[in-house]
Parts: sequence; structure tokens; C-alpha cells
Amino acid sequence: MIDHDTLVAFSKSYGLFYLMAMAITVVAYTFWPSNKERFEEAAKSIIDDEDTPCR
Amino acid sequence: MISELTRGERRLALAVLTAVATFGLALAIAGRGDILAVHGGLIMASAVILMFFVIAGFYAPEPGEERLAQYYDTPTKAGVVLAMIWGVIGMGVGDWVAWLLVYPDMTFDAAWASFGRLRPVHTSGVIFGFGGNALIATSFHVLQRTSRARLPDQFSPWFVLVGYNLFCLIAASGYLLGITQSKEYAEPEWYADLWLVVVWVVYFSIYLRTLMRRQEPHIYVANWYYMAFILVVAILHIVNNLAVPISFGSAKSYSAFSGVQDAMTQWWYGHNAVAFFLTAGFLGMMYYYLPKRAGRPVFSYRMSILGFWGITFMYMWAGSHHLHYTALPQWVQTLGMTFSIMLIVPSWMAAANALLTLNGAWHKVRDDATLRFMMLAAVFYGLSTFEGSFMSIRAVNSLSHYTDWTVGHVHAGALGWVALITFGSIYAVVPWVWKRPAMYSNKLVEVHFWLSLAGTLVYVFAMWNSGIIQGLMWRTYNEGGTLAYSFIDSLVAMRPYYIARAIGGLLFVIGAVVGLYNVWMTIREASAERADAPDAPVVPALARSLQAGE
Repeated sequence: MIDHDTLVAFSKSYGLFYLMAMAITVVAYTFWPSNKERFEEAAKSIIDDEDTPCR
Repeated sequence: MISELTRGERRLALAVLTAVATFGLALAIAGRGDILAVHGGLIMASAVILMFFVIAGFYAPEPGEERLAQYYDTPTKAGVVLAMIWGVIGMGVGDWVAWLLVYPDMTFDAAWASFGRLRPVHTSGVIFGFGGNALIATSFHVLQRTSRARLPDQFSPWFVLVGYNLFCLIAASGYLLGITQSKEYAEPEWYADLWLVVVWVVYFSIYLRTLMRRQEPHIYVANWYYMAFILVVAILHIVNNLAVPISFGSAKSYSAFSGVQDAMTQWWYGHNAVAFFLTAGFLGMMYYYLPKRAGRPVFSYRMSILGFWGITFMYMWAGSHHLHYTALPQWVQTLGMTFSIMLIVPSWMAAANALLTLNGAWHKVRDDATLRFMMLAAVFYGLSTFEGSFMSIRAVNSLSHYTDWTVGHVHAGALGWVALITFGSIYAVVPWVWKRPAMYSNKLVEVHFWLSLAGTLVYVFAMWNSGIIQGLMWRTYNEGGTLAYSFIDSLVAMRPYYIARAIGGLLFVIGAVVGLYNVWMTIREASAERADAPDAPVVPALARSLQAGE
């Protein structure tokens, strides 16, 4: 049976590591050089007027 | 509307409406002798009325294949109008309860007119009726444009929009009847909650099915925010509403949680409703309509991504700051406080990103009230997220909690951020989808802008003053070591601020009414133009010859 202390210990340790891993992954994804072009393209693409769908 | 559905979709609509009507009938029969019967009847009546519409249009010609070369905007149009109507109702009831606090006797000795029943009509009316319809309407619009793909079919968007509004109707009418499960912002009872789950699953499936057919390699960030809104609201809604009804014939249910676990679950839900309903979804709106209206790409796309993951993961942990100084373990309170303070980073990323996008387009902000609505929304977003982080600090919370400061903070966010970004987006999207060069009256947009700003400022300043005075009066001791003021003393001190707040709210409501009128007139112009269209080749020629004769 999981008691309160076990749960607290788990969330305090595991929680720290998974949040740090998450943060590193997100920063890496955001600043990955090969993603730069896609992101800039996406930001620009919504400005172009186009009022019909491609499909 | 029905003529846009294919024959198969019309059959599907009839089948679904028959099922809903049967469900309503079953509730009405099972709940006879209980207040549940009223809602069973309401559900059945709504379904039957809609069946008449479907049957009336059943044999209309089917839409041709050429429809697939166009975006499907009719649900967006209906959603915008519904949002504006719910906005006027929800804000109007809000101002009513504000006056009720000034004149507490204004209940006509009727149960439905008491503060406890009217207040959730206001909160659900503005959050779910106004905000929710605006989110659904704009999300369909943004999703199609950013994916360059039409919605997957014609029936499911209507199912989501109509089903969602049925939920709102059950919710609001239930509060007046006294049906509530007493969970703030999650008051509707078990049958309404189950219905919303069905609607929400279909909503998410529309998103996935459209994105699967998208023509753009990258999913634009606005869609991430909208999807986080849909997905997380589903999780929150299901977990917080886990309950067992007394019987299938009773409106009353009991929560699966009790004690401090119940409180924690409720505020995990409550604060994430702020995060994902009132923030993530509206950030999606902002990241599409603001760059689009300003004609400039977002200042930093990378910042919008970092902000997205920051907001989605940190907000999850912030809820416990609603339970400072309670039976909740101290470390959980501290955890909530810590994450709330860290939240300032992604929140300000979004606010700064919006304002920096406008940097270089300030002349447009000056001339265009629509863009100014969005700009001011970003400013209030920055202000209220800073205030929220500050108030989550335990020592600050000891002064602010249970006072009007909280009410002021909520309204800085709800009026200043949520409502202003919504009005800005609606003024941008209405001319686009109704194919008009501009709104019916730019002057009225301008009037609406200044009414909103004035109303918000009056409201927020009144509540700041009121809240801090209230907090200080509750913690002032006299020389004998007892409280210097009774509770009623603090109420008397609040009264001038309650009057000011109700006036500020009134300005905001008047603004919303002006907005509804402006939207309505724009639609009328659009339909008048369509009606005139066949005469177009004749009329200009005639007009020219008349002028020449003069």
C-alpha cells in the first residue's frame, strides 16, 4: 500500500528530474538550428492572404 | 444551414436528435417528482425543435462538390453571434449581481433572484457562454486557415456548437432552479457533465481530422494553444466531476472526493480552467488574429513555443495556491506558490511577444480600434499575470485571500484580457467571414473600445481599494488583543466601492451591447448586398445615367 510519505518522496524526486528533462527537451527543440527555417516560414505563412483551402 | 448538409448528414442529424430527444424523455420519466424532470423536458424540447428545422430542410437540394473548394465558415458565423448574445446576457447578469451587493434586498423574495443562484449564471454565462462560443467559433476559423484545409465534414461542427450551447442552457437554467454540485466553475450536475464529455470528444476529433489533412508542413502555434485548451479541459472536466448520482432519477450527485482531497481536486480544476480555458485558448486567438490584423509576423516564433510549454506544464501545479493556510500539507502549498511565481516567465513571454509584434505598427494601433483591443488585451494579460504570481505568495495571500482583491484580479484578467482579445478577434473575423470590407461602423468599435477600457479601470481600481481595506480591517487588532472591526463594519466600508464597481461593470455591458449591435448591422449589410446581387449589372448603369442627367 502506498502511504503519504512514499508518494511525497516519489513526487519530490521524480518530479524534479522529469521537469528538468522536459525543459531541456523544449529548449533544444526550440533552438535546434534546422528548425529555424520552418518556424519562420510558419510565422510568415499566416500573413499571406488566401481565402480558399487546398483541399 | 440545413441546405449545407449532405443528404447523409441530414439523416445523421435526425438520428442524433432522435437519440437526444429519447435521452431527454428518459430523464424526464426517471426524474418525475424530481427537479430533474424539468431538464429532461428541456433537452427533449430542444431536440424536437431542431428536428423540425432538419425535416423542413430535408429535401432541399444537396450542396455540390464546389463547396469543398471553400472554407466552411457558417458554424464560425453562428458561434460569433452566440458568443455576443451570451456575452450581453452573462455580463448583464454580472452587473445585476453587482447591484445586488449594493442593494441586498433586491431579490423580490424569490429564490431564483438570490445572489447564490444568479452569480453562477454570470460566471458560467461569461466563461462558457461568451468565452466558450468565441473559442469554438474562432478555433474553426483559425484551424482551417492555418491548415489550408476545410473542416472534415459539415455535421460535426454543428454538433459541437449546438451541443455545447445546450450544455450552457442546462447549466444556466439549472442554477436558477437551484441545481448545483457546489463546485465553483463546475456547478452543472452529472447528466450535463456527461453530455459535455461527448461534445468535447467530437470537438477534439474535428481538430485532429482537419490537421491530418493539412497542407502546411508545420502546425501553426495558435493550433497548439487551441488543442491544449481542448485536451486539458477534457481531462480537468472528467476528473473534477467524478461523482455518483443518488439515482438515475435525481439531479443530485455526490463527488467521488471529500475533505482536503476534494478541495485540492477542485482548485487543480479551478486554476487550470483559468490556465487552459481562459488563457491557452485565448492565446491561440491572439497568436493568429493579432499578427494577421497588424500585417506582421509574430515577433519571435521561438518565444511562442517556449511560452507554450512553460504555460502548459507549469500551470498544472499552480492550483494549490488557492488553499494557503488550509488543511492542505504545507509543502503542497509551497509547490503551488513556487510554480505560480515561475509562471511569470512564460506569461510575460506571450505578452511581450504580442507587444513586440506591434512594435513598428503603432500607427495602426492608433488608427485601428480593433488592433487596439488586442494590444490592450496583451497589456492587461501582462498586468494580471504579474498580479497573480504576486498574490500566490503565501504572505501576500494572507492579506488578499477571501477579499475583493481576488475579485479585482479575476476581472483584470477576464475583462482586460479575455473579453478584450475576444472583442478584438471578433471585430477582425466578422468582416472576413461575412466578406465585408469593414465592420458596419468603425466609430462604434471606437465607442466600444473606450467603454471597455473605462469600465475595466473603474472596476479594477474599485476592487483593489475595497479588497485591501477589507483585508486590513480583518487583521487589525485593538489594544485589548481582539479584532478592532466587526465583519459588518467592513461591509459598510465596502459599499462605496461596490457602487463604483457596478458602474464600471455597467460601462462594460453597454460596450458589449454596442458590439452586438455593430455585429448585427454588419451581418444585415452583408445579406442586403447578397439580396441585391442579381441586380448589380443594371443598377450601376441606371445610377450613372441619372447622375449624368442631373
